[in-house]
Amino acid sequence: MTDKDRLVPDEGLAPASTALPGAAGPLEELTQPPRSQWLDVWDQFKTHRGALIGGILFVAIVASVYLGPFVWDIDPTKINIRARNEGPSLAHPFGTDQLGRDMLARMMAGGQTSVSVGITAMLLALILGSFIGVVAGFFRRLDGPLMRLTDLFLALPLLPLLLVMMLLFREPLNAAFGLEQGIFILIVASIGITSWMPTARIVRGDVLALKEREFVLAARSIGTTNTRIITRHILPNVLSPIMVSATLGIATAIITESALSFLGLGFPPDFPTWGRLLFDATDYLQQYPERVFWPGMAISLTVLSVNYLGDGLRDALDPRIRGR
Amino acid sequence: MLTFTIRRLILAVPTLIFISLVIFLLLELAPGDPMAQVPLTVPPEVKEKMREALGLGEPMHIRFWKWIVQFFWIEPQVLIDHYLGTSFSQGDLRVISWQTRSPVMDIVVQRMPQTLWVVGTAYVVAIVIALPIGIYSAYRQYSWFDQMGTFVSMVGFSVPPFFSGVLVIVIFSVQLGWFPSIYDTTLVVDSWDSFVKQLQQMIMPVMVLALQITAQLSRFMRASMLDNLNQDYVRTARAKGMSEYVVVMVHVLRNSMIPVVTVIALGIPAIFGGAIITEQVFKVNGIGQLLIGAIQANDLPMVQTLTFIFAVLIVLFNLIADVLYGILDPRIRYD
Repeated sequence: MTDKDRLVPDEGLAPASTALPGAAGPLEELTQPPRSQWLDVWDQFKTHRGALIGGILFVAIVASVYLGPFVWDIDPTKINIRARNEGPSLAHPFGTDQLGRDMLARMMAGGQTSVSVGITAMLLALILGSFIGVVAGFFRRLDGPLMRLTDLFLALPLLPLLLVMMLLFREPLNAAFGLEQGIFILIVASIGITSWMPTARIVRGDVLALKEREFVLAARSIGTTNTRIITRHILPNVLSPIMVSATLGIATAIITESALSFLGLGFPPDFPTWGRLLFDATDYLQQYPERVFWPGMAISLTVLSVNYLGDGLRDALDPRIRGR
Repeated sequence: MLTFTIRRLILAVPTLIFISLVIFLLLELAPGDPMAQVPLTVPPEVKEKMREALGLGEPMHIRFWKWIVQFFWIEPQVLIDHYLGTSFSQGDLRVISWQTRSPVMDIVVQRMPQTLWVVGTAYVVAIVIALPIGIYSAYRQYSWFDQMGTFVSMVGFSVPPFFSGVLVIVIFSVQLGWFPSIYDTTLVVDSWDSFVKQLQQMIMPVMVLALQITAQLSRFMRASMLDNLNQDYVRTARAKGMSEYVVVMVHVLRNSMIPVVTVIALGIPAIFGGAIITEQVFKVNGIGQLLIGAIQANDLPMVQTLTFIFAVLIVLFNLIADVLYGILDPRIRYD
């Protein structure tokens, strides 16, 4: 911390020390009001320019995707065959597609699906991964089997399996939950189930180290139960690796969803997502190449911003780097 | 080291059997019917016969066992027969594709060269590009070159192949018309002209794949170099008066290469899986496209065999990476 941050000593905390002349220098440091960990993290995060820009960009993309339809209230499914394949104009800033649907409205609708798939799948993978990681790290008896399970999952060829899962469970889930709901559940579940392994490994490693620390011993010696130790002492301390893998998880989930849509095994055609829009636009690549550009750019920018955000978070949450 | 390798090889067997069981059970739940294409005029009892001819009449565990036998016992015999001219596999039933009614492995062997050419070249190109970038950006940390490298690799991470591929098609084949957008697998390279053609059609898919791999590898190389550059032995080497080139390229590089080599080994099977999208974009009829086609046509033996081949590759290269780590790093002893 620099001298500028040094705050006026709190009179209530140390009345005697401030009264002593000459002792003000070293004591002044000691009597600083406590800074919370998150304030330090935020200070470090601010210095990472890429992460700051990435964070702002990601918030902007999410906001425009969810709040944009209130401003730009054209129905993304409204077909206007007379205005098809139009270039950018005031009425349609991103142009229209082969059925005359407004591309800007479709981009927002597609973004809602893509971003919500990304966030939900990330949450699922995170909960699964943290749970398995914490349990494997904390209970020695479960460590072996759970880590072998993780290794098995890591050895599965994921993209082919995802494709197979898409093919197999599409019909039953569509029948059970309706077309859109069913495919949403299917995609989120299959991405979540196939991407929890890195989180589990990182969390397990951290828990293994934390378990041997004195504060856990202290907690145990006053009779704290295992559940309480995990929720109260272990989980808050493994929060930083979990947060970093959360940001990276959003990026992977969005890319995977788009890849599935691009291969024609994701959302149905009339249900826009960024990947699906990109896939549809490749048919008109020669005539209207700009139509490929918008969804591709949206995917890339979102993932790029999330990646930078994760990079900055990793630096900010690492106490060894912080303050340097 | 040898005992470790043997132990890992033995451990790989249950892993692979478990994976094949998972894949088999997943496919078992498939709602698709291979008889769906058969005309309605065919009477049901004939349909039942056809189903049995495809091997669908037996219970699940028998079919799983038969698949295992076919894959692990009969297919290697076919391979031996092919090379040595013997006839071990005479009359044995092989894994048959429902799409083409021909042995799955024959089709895989037909498709393999395309994938290996495109993906293999991309991997080599990526390694050749990534290593120098990683070395230099670690040596000049926070210089403009390093900042650029960070940005480019972030872009490489973030731009999915189905966008970068389409983008290069728009730029280089639609706008500029330099390269063909579709990979022609029937091209026979026998003259200078056809060689140039082959190069032209390979450039775009190779570049798209290489961008991704370069992004990952150069970051890894940089991190590994940074770990080593601050070590005491580097200061010792400098204090002995060694030239900067020797310090970096001999002392630091050799130690930094240890994790990078294992990452390169680990990435090889992922490339087979990751190339599915790139092959689809550029219409390369390799393994990835074969898988997509088989999934869409409900060709279960093909899907099962291909996914299992991917799984074998992953397990195998994991093992190779572990063994390499032990060989390269004398501090690591498994025994």
